[in-house]
Amino acid sequence: MDKPFNNKAWFLVLPVFIVVAFSAILPLMTVVNYSVQDTFGNNQFFWAGTTWFSELLASDRFHEALWRQLLFSALVLLIQIPLGVLIALCMPRKGWGVSVTLVLMALPLLIPWNVVGTIWQVFGRGDIGLLGYALNSLGFSYNYVQDVEDAWITIVVMDVWHWTSLVALLAYAGLRSIPEAYYQAARIDGASRWSIFRLIQLPKMKHVLIIAVLLRFMDSFMIYTEPFVLTGGGPGNSTTFLSIDLVKLALGQFDLGPAAAMSIVYFLIILLLSWVFYTVMTQDEDANRKEGTP
Amino acid sequence: MSLTLENVSKIAGRATHIADVSLRLESGSLNVLLGPTLSGKTTLMRIMAGLEPPSRGRVLFDGIDVTGVPVRARNVAMVYQQFINYPTLTVYENIASPLRVSGAPKDEIDRRVEEAAHLLRLEPMLGRTPLELSGGQQQRTALARALVKRAPLVLLDEPLANLDYKLREELREELPKIFAASGAILVYATTEPSEALLLGGNTATLDRGRVTQFGPTIEVYRRPADRITAEVFSDPPMNFVSAEIRGGVARLAGDVSLPASGPLADLPDGPVTLGFRPNHLHLARAEGDTIAMRGMVSVVEITGSESFVHVRQDGAEWIALAHGVHELAPGAPIDVYLDPRKLFVFDADGRLVAAPDRAAAA
Repeated sequence: MDKPFNNKAWFLVLPVFIVVAFSAILPLMTVVNYSVQDTFGNNQFFWAGTTWFSELLASDRFHEALWRQLLFSALVLLIQIPLGVLIALCMPRKGWGVSVTLVLMALPLLIPWNVVGTIWQVFGRGDIGLLGYALNSLGFSYNYVQDVEDAWITIVVMDVWHWTSLVALLAYAGLRSIPEAYYQAARIDGASRWSIFRLIQLPKMKHVLIIAVLLRFMDSFMIYTEPFVLTGGGPGNSTTFLSIDLVKLALGQFDLGPAAAMSIVYFLIILLLSWVFYTVMTQDEDANRKEGTP
Repeated sequence: MSLTLENVSKIAGRATHIADVSLRLESGSLNVLLGPTLSGKTTLMRIMAGLEPPSRGRVLFDGIDVTGVPVRARNVAMVYQQFINYPTLTVYENIASPLRVSGAPKDEIDRRVEEAAHLLRLEPMLGRTPLELSGGQQQRTALARALVKRAPLVLLDEPLANLDYKLREELREELPKIFAASGAILVYATTEPSEALLLGGNTATLDRGRVTQFGPTIEVYRRPADRITAEVFSDPPMNFVSAEIRGGVARLAGDVSLPASGPLADLPDGPVTLGFRPNHLHLARAEGDTIAMRGMVSVVEITGSESFVHVRQDGAEWIALAHGVHELAPGAPIDVYLDPRKLFVFDADGRLVAAPDRAAAA
């Protein structure tokens, strides 16, 4: 039997469609348009075909920025997810401590991104910065402006400081949704702290952790403001991540065609990786669902 | 084996959750804790289990004081209203989990899991995870986990409340049999009087943290010690009417007088409260119904085989449970009939002074 087809439904979707068209699809199409043409200003365009794409994919500069970006996201995820879960496990579950910790945890999230960059830029300076001065007085030679390792450490620590609370808050929400009876049942069973974490808390947090991993991956993969303010991509090109490189290409060198091609590749990489993450993380659930349905 | 609670109280802040409860539960017995929500059933169970210590009083197991002993050091099994299982483990592993903690050898685990799975008819499900099971099967898994432990104390906290009617009937019938063989002290909390009656055994009625009566279920039902117990152990709630006895005549509110016979006979003069169960308040005069009263219909709830007719009479609200469908307009006058031999009589303090004799109460 055919399902009745209701044309009115389209009208209900239309507003969203228009908004998305103007906010996402049209700009994206402009970028697509630029990526296959060359322009020297003056509103003159010449067909370039796939030239920019093949140049980009063959360029060392792009490869290096991509590897830097992948390394950064991997570091950020490896540190922030376990650390966030650990913090969530330590957060109080009732009493006045709850609101205090929640506010404290939310604070870094409320600071504008460029301000975060500025804070750490000052914080890390050897002459007047608390961190930089303290480290140097302790005998470490710390200088994030000249030393590649120091620059990386500073950016990663800054991102951990800025975003771990998001993971912690999400994990905390997941933990709070576990009924008290689960913990009681585990105590009655005599289960160890580790078993409680592995068999109850982790499975129950799984869904929010998937969200946390996706959010943190996408955000860290697109990071721009904080390292731009802190190091400007240096020393050398050592902290020039994809987005910083993209802006250099588009606004610094005014190579609009190659920049547009890079934007599209960048976008596709994020899309692909997010899809891979999601598929891998929800794999066993899909398997369950298929088995479960008779 | 026996579990004894001696003057147990639980006070948290200014709230009293359990007030001076003394109970003695024997091994192999089925004990129902009957009371409305927040009457302290769960708290009492938590104290029995050792999940939390009582504020006052002692908990004795076989005469040995275990008051401060934490739950990990005791051998207790508990099943909750929610279906609590380890979500990522298979049914087999779930049932085996208490045995794995205690470090039982592999072939013994195998044997005991098989045995429990057989009793709870979970054999075809052993390889699945709880999320792939129906609610009834999930609760069966939780029950199997409690069973496999062979704990001398098994606490079931409204285990059937989240199941649908059919599954509830089925499991309620199986449960006492399954655990009876284990010789454990079985404690079963419920809010439903009918469930207590169906389970049998002993019943302790709870009201605001106090055990109002403890005894064989049917005896508590027949002779509730006081008005509160009668209210807790009656669903729909028992009806009450105040009356005055003077010189062999009982005068009920609403200007009804009757000779003080049956349970009312030989009572001293003074004010009393009369209680009667909804199924004894008739819409048509039956044999022996010498009391007739006029009231007003306020609501009628029809379930199909039965109708709950809410009758307002002189400020009191009664419920009459009648067979079949009765369509009555709210606000319409209605005559209701009652057999005086079915009356419970409570004194001014709410204590039972007379109950219907066995033959009349049937």
